[in-house]
Amino acid sequence: MAGRLAGSRAARELARRMGFMGSFRAGLSNVGGGPSLPVEICRRDAGGVSPCISSRVTARPGGEFPRGKVAFVAEMEFLAELLKERINCYRVLDDDGRTISGSSFKEVSKEMALEMYSGMVTLQTMDTIFYEAQRQGRISFYLTTIGEEAINIASAAALTMDDVVFPQYREPGILLWRGFTLQEFANQCFGNKYDYGKGRQMPIHYGSNKLNYFTVSSPIATQIPHAVGAAYSLKMEGKQACAVTYFGDGGTSEGDFHAALNFAAVMEVPVIFFCRNNGWAISTPTSEQFRSDGAVVRGQAYGIRSIRIDGNDALAVYSAVHAAREMAISESRPILIEALTYRVGHHSTSDDSTKYRPVHEIEHWRTARDPISRYRKWVQRNGWWSDENETELRKNVKKELMNAIQISERAEKPPLSELFTDVYDVPTSNLREQEALLRQTIQRHREDYPPDVPL
Amino acid sequence: MLGLMRRVSISGSIPTSMLQQSLQRILPGLAILERGYSTLGKEMTVREALNSALDEEMSADPKVFLMGEEVGEYQGAYKITKGLLEKYGPERVLDTPITEAGFTGIGVGAAYYGLRPVVEFMTFNFSMQAIDHIINSAAKMNYMSAGNISVPIVFRGPNGAAAGVSSQHSQCYGAWYAHVPGLKVLSPYSSEDARGLLKAAIRDPDPVVFLENEILYGQSFPISDEVLDSSFCLPIGKAKIEREGKDVTITAFSKMVGYALQAAEVLSKEGISAEVINLRSLRPLDRAAINASVRKTTRLVTVEEGFPQHGIGAEICASVVEESFEYLDAPVERIAGADVPMPYAANLERLAVPQVDNIVNAVKRACFRSVPVAAAA
Repeated sequence: MAGRLAGSRAARELARRMGFMGSFRAGLSNVGGGPSLPVEICRRDAGGVSPCISSRVTARPGGEFPRGKVAFVAEMEFLAELLKERINCYRVLDDDGRTISGSSFKEVSKEMALEMYSGMVTLQTMDTIFYEAQRQGRISFYLTTIGEEAINIASAAALTMDDVVFPQYREPGILLWRGFTLQEFANQCFGNKYDYGKGRQMPIHYGSNKLNYFTVSSPIATQIPHAVGAAYSLKMEGKQACAVTYFGDGGTSEGDFHAALNFAAVMEVPVIFFCRNNGWAISTPTSEQFRSDGAVVRGQAYGIRSIRIDGNDALAVYSAVHAAREMAISESRPILIEALTYRVGHHSTSDDSTKYRPVHEIEHWRTARDPISRYRKWVQRNGWWSDENETELRKNVKKELMNAIQISERAEKPPLSELFTDVYDVPTSNLREQEALLRQTIQRHREDYPPDVPL
Repeated sequence: MLGLMRRVSISGSIPTSMLQQSLQRILPGLAILERGYSTLGKEMTVREALNSALDEEMSADPKVFLMGEEVGEYQGAYKITKGLLEKYGPERVLDTPITEAGFTGIGVGAAYYGLRPVVEFMTFNFSMQAIDHIINSAAKMNYMSAGNISVPIVFRGPNGAAAGVSSQHSQCYGAWYAHVPGLKVLSPYSSEDARGLLKAAIRDPDPVVFLENEILYGQSFPISDEVLDSSFCLPIGKAKIEREGKDVTITAFSKMVGYALQAAEVLSKEGISAEVINLRSLRPLDRAAINASVRKTTRLVTVEEGFPQHGIGAEICASVVEESFEYLDAPVERIAGADVPMPYAANLERLAVPQVDNIVNAVKRACFRSVPVAAAA
């Protein structure tokens, strides 16, 4: 009697965990006696990118604990801290931009391919020019995405506008893809009155309600549980969209990463965790960040379907995100993508990475492993792009950027009234008093008030 | 001084022995403890008040949902969320894994995207594990996003000392959270406060920190029909005069309001009429009410259970000195908990938190009825 009940409860547990993508045959266990439960579970892959997992539990002595049955063994064996081989990395294009034979990937139209390519070039050019502007003292701070253009643009291309994005700070390419203009980027960096952030935040802390891109927030990894909360919201709404959150290798050390992943798995919410493993967290290399095999095994440890991909391969990024999105939404589950890449630029304008890593290593990744040139080769071999197109594009983007910067630089700063708004929905009385007092002081000492700050 | 001399007694007798001791004419305090409460005789515990407020707000708005450890199946660590899982289902009452940082971050994310979470901390001591999300992700977000991302979230749970739970379960976080622009911080005393303020907090578009008190959960208060109505709501930022008086202003919040009222009762027998202000809202602080009261009484004693340095009393004293200095007839005085982590042993614990005697003594010092503490050294 007890045996049969145990069997069916365990069977229900397994069914619940495998979800409706799994096919499942369960024999009810025998009455009393033998505790065996012949069950075969196979997870059908989606988009041809994940292996089939099967487990067969046959007549081995086992026992029930909370959470179900485990098989007992006589040998005391510790699981090794690392598997003999690292988890494989999915890629579509080789280093020379040729599709690897036998690779499965989501096809892109010529139009989409070119849009992606020009997005990557625009992002790279924007980064170079804004970085220079900071060096010239025209903006106070900047941080580049050099080396991660494929991650930025290709992942954005695989999402829809309904998918809500929770960035860390190295993902402006997603905003760019969704339609944020170079002028809008410049306005935020210069903190002028056209900045959607009303001059409240440092440069690169972009945000756009319209484009479903949540405002960048500096503390590391806090956006990860936020994304899970938003995904829960989407699930309750029954919307055909998911939340997507990006973070670096360093971010996976934060407590928020663990809590969020664990929670997302338990709550079964549609969220994509996108880890940009670029090898560096400011000066901390991944060997000093963690000892696991990167982030992909940690996703699995939390019961989350995970994949490792070549982050410098635009087509691999596009395919993986496309498949992840479908699974996340249709099965209401979290997915983890670990994209291996390299942070070619310094951490930010406040960093000089030549102090902690060899210059030849940086140069190697900037040139031989550059995601843009690799993708360009593929696009050009398809006959979709030429050197003339390249020169034309780069020239136009540069011109547009220089123009945008000039306009932003000359524009007025936000007015004084914006100092006190948005602390609360409606300003409280003490804030109203402070503003009144300040304006009175300005009236009395007009000559001391800076002329370039509007009231 | 002058203000006092001008006041004329219009009712009650004046004990002659008092006149010999001071220049002031002290009026016997009127017993107005029952003012504002119904005479119909209905009573409600603070626990019931909070539970009914959550129930009604969840019923009225499908976006409101609860999260926290043990809030569902266990009916709430302190039974505040009793019956709600059964009524609203697991999608609206979430039992979370043990990760304050995790579920607070998730709650904030849900609020970013449009839901209205009510996040419970088993005690606000544990909120420190989530404080980055409360401050950096919730409090500041509306400002940082220039009004694009509002965070209509409520963080609630027991705050301050309980009984015999020692230092990591007894700290008061009123001063910590009231320090931060972007947050609203409320602390109820009675059942009326609990109902009205929690409803207001849930309806408010800004993040609200709602500091309850474990000892008060079981305490019963008389309650009127108006308060029982599902649309009842109290304004955020307004204090309540729990007891009117003429000689000294005592400010307090949460459990200390009860102690202040007891002290006022003791004092009235000695001819001192104390006005007790229940702050209700720590941020925004009702400076207008506090200052109006001090201008009337000319003396101030602030009471709080938390640590003294940089506490709620410090802010109130500063506000009164800034705005009502010329009205003061005595130095302002703060009564607070001892400047030590809360000890466990019952005798030590009693010494570490304010008692009614401490409030009475402070008031007497403010009325120049006893020697100041410093002078005695």
